[in-house]
Amino acid sequence: MSPLLSIEGLTKRYGRTVALDEVDLEIRPNEVVGLIGQNGAGKSTLLKLLAGVQQPDSGRLVMRGSPIKVRNPAHAAEQGIGMVFQEQSLVPNLTVAENIFLGRPNPGTAGGVYKWRRLNALAREQLEKTGSEISPSALVQRLSFADRQMVELTKVLALEERTDGDLLILFDEPTSVLSAAEIETLFAQIRRLKRRASIVFVSHRMDEVLAISDRIYVMRDGRRVAERDAAACDENELYSLMVGENRAEDYFLDADRKPYDRSATALEVEGLTAEGSFSDVTFSVCPGQIVGVAGVIGSGREALCRALFGALPTAAGRVRLRGEEVTMASPRDGVRLGVGYLPAERKHEGMVAERSISENLVLASTPALTRAGLLSWARESDLVEGWIERLGVKAPSARVKISQLSGGNQQKVVLAKWLALPHLRVLVLDHPTRGLDLKAKTDVYKHVRAAAARGVAIVLLSDTLEELLGLSDEIVVMRDGRVTGHFPDVPDTPPSSEELVKLMV
Amino acid sequence: MTLNDTITPDGEHVPAVRVPHARRMSRLLPGRIDQLAPVIMLVVLTAAFSMLNDQFMTADNWRTIANQAAIPMVLAVGLTFVILTGSIDLSAEGVMASTSICVSLMLANSLNSNDLGLVAVAGGIAIGAVFGLVNGLLYTRLRLPSLIVTLGTWFIGLGIASYVFPDQQPVVRDRSFRSWALGEWFGVSRLVTIAVLVVVAGAVLLRYTRIGRHVYGIGGAEDLMRLAGIRVDTYKTLAFVIAGALAGLAGLMATAQLGVGNANAGADRLFPALSAVVLGGTHLAGGRGGVLQSVLGVLVLVVLGNGMILSGVGPYVQQAVVGAVIIVAVVATGWGARDRLRVVK
Repeated sequence: MSPLLSIEGLTKRYGRTVALDEVDLEIRPNEVVGLIGQNGAGKSTLLKLLAGVQQPDSGRLVMRGSPIKVRNPAHAAEQGIGMVFQEQSLVPNLTVAENIFLGRPNPGTAGGVYKWRRLNALAREQLEKTGSEISPSALVQRLSFADRQMVELTKVLALEERTDGDLLILFDEPTSVLSAAEIETLFAQIRRLKRRASIVFVSHRMDEVLAISDRIYVMRDGRRVAERDAAACDENELYSLMVGENRAEDYFLDADRKPYDRSATALEVEGLTAEGSFSDVTFSVCPGQIVGVAGVIGSGREALCRALFGALPTAAGRVRLRGEEVTMASPRDGVRLGVGYLPAERKHEGMVAERSISENLVLASTPALTRAGLLSWARESDLVEGWIERLGVKAPSARVKISQLSGGNQQKVVLAKWLALPHLRVLVLDHPTRGLDLKAKTDVYKHVRAAAARGVAIVLLSDTLEELLGLSDEIVVMRDGRVTGHFPDVPDTPPSSEELVKLMV
Repeated sequence: MTLNDTITPDGEHVPAVRVPHARRMSRLLPGRIDQLAPVIMLVVLTAAFSMLNDQFMTADNWRTIANQAAIPMVLAVGLTFVILTGSIDLSAEGVMASTSICVSLMLANSLNSNDLGLVAVAGGIAIGAVFGLVNGLLYTRLRLPSLIVTLGTWFIGLGIASYVFPDQQPVVRDRSFRSWALGEWFGVSRLVTIAVLVVVAGAVLLRYTRIGRHVYGIGGAEDLMRLAGIRVDTYKTLAFVIAGALAGLAGLMATAQLGVGNANAGADRLFPALSAVVLGGTHLAGGRGGVLQSVLGVLVLVVLGNGMILSGVGPYVQQAVVGAVIIVAVVATGWGARDRLRVVK
């Protein structure tokens, strides 16, 4: 069968870095192509070139037999290429209908004048394709996440009336923030779409890619390294192709797991409630213990993390640190009491991007470095060098901006910021490996294990159940702001993923 | 951004993952309380002043209020467009000064033999539009902050006015132009009618045209608008042109009122208009608010000033009260969106 789109020798450089190196791919009509690779493998770059967000340095695209150029996303749309962006591309303060037809000529407007009734009717027609009952005149910002994903999809589907041929729809990690149920809905849509479109599906999660794809391309270091039929390969094979080596036997470093002190408690949470986020949450963490919190978006677990650090006000309940009741009115209290919080949004909340490694690392521990209000550079430098070495941060010097490091090294610095706190007792890790590649993940695991061995109590949130099961000593499950399950001994009697998911949704 | 410090309701930092944030916001903003705040304030002020003073609730006084509100309204409508895109335009006073001097010299006046009539009026609006165009182009092409660009053109406007200014003040002799301020339509000065027409046009533009909707979209998520292939820079520039043209019109209105070309025609006009926009509930971060809200903001400020004068409040106290009202209004508007970790600049 002749391909819908051939990608020939596509190359993209950013400065000296080659993001895409002479990549050849083929997308056939009515198939789902899975695209996997570690961070920096070039998947997102490839999609951006196809969707016209960026321009290639060399190489060409051949669509339905004739070479095409894609100048910008609107131009891509005209040629039947649509992309569902990883971070949704809906404008929050415009209506659903406006978003569906954003940037395209449509019969709902004439000469720059909006005919709202007509526009809404057209949008309704499009929304019906996904069987959704979202109001076209609703503001996007007032929709739930799942509804927004539907609008995003509808927006892409609205392309079909505009082109005669098949569509090409690109999904850039659409599932990373969806719940299991929402993923199923999305998959059902993708299967339906196959009749009319070819789909490129990018994800970090092997199981998903295997489940939905017909064919899988593996990318590594900007190159296409393998092509497989989904039916004829398994997760392990894909992992090793992605990494270029086999995944370590003891991936979650079980050997480093130390017995923890069960007689003491580092953190006790009793009936903790934060309005609109979670209510009546009770659990405790021993020194050196890792307690994982499972839950989907909206379960309130992220809010719980913030509350434990003093970043979110609570309405009721108690928090005790080493048996002593504490009130945390702000993150400042959290730091003072020895609670560290590694936020999920590293770039925005975890680090000060425009400052140096050194400044970022000592952010929480400046009191220990000052004498009479003056910062001691010598002490700072000792501390920083020490941690850079212990955590193996790869950087030319401690004076370079943290934003110049790779994601994994940035995360090590953020982690070190808390580990350097002399009185650290509790470390709250909100998705500590989000967006990191395998090697960097393993490094984070190592340091989390080391912190636990030091007696730090750890509360862990994770993107995957696999990671949560692999690292935790104990798992607490949350749904709609309440604790729905509790597995006290994960290493010896681990719950199954199905068991956890049932409690989560 | 010291200018924004005092008046911003929401120096909102836009997070990369806008989802959880947006969700939190929508949950914390029950109904439309942020939009109701100026209405409530207007009702409360009106009720309070009518009780305090017999003269307040009279047709004459409301006529005065309408007359006083006319020029700030025209300015506020223009500013709303720019602020909705997330930018700021400080140049209004400079634009008004330039227009006032230039137009008074083009109309029949005491200093030269010009008598260009409507052409002069169109010229005044065009001068404003050109200022707006320059603002927009400098801002979008050179990628300078709009705050700096328009601060610059503010003073350039004042400079042009002083440079063009002849040895003595030109007195406007064009009767029909003067009748804008002296004549009446529907029992109020014609300036009020002009202001109302501007408000209606602004509201329609925002609600029913591509320019208006794109202005909202740009304020909401500029990067996404760009990704959708929308010429963001063009629309931003258009917003500045609208603001500039309306500042030009405001300059004409002030000239009609004063009867002379005056380099101080715009003096102390910017901050009341800016405050009114913010009071009305338009976010300085862009994307939220509208022309009608700004009108409410203007009315709150004018009613407050008028009521205090009638009640014999001293001018210094008046200023302090206005300041306090602005802060209270902004706090009330932004109350729902508080968050311990929210960055406000």
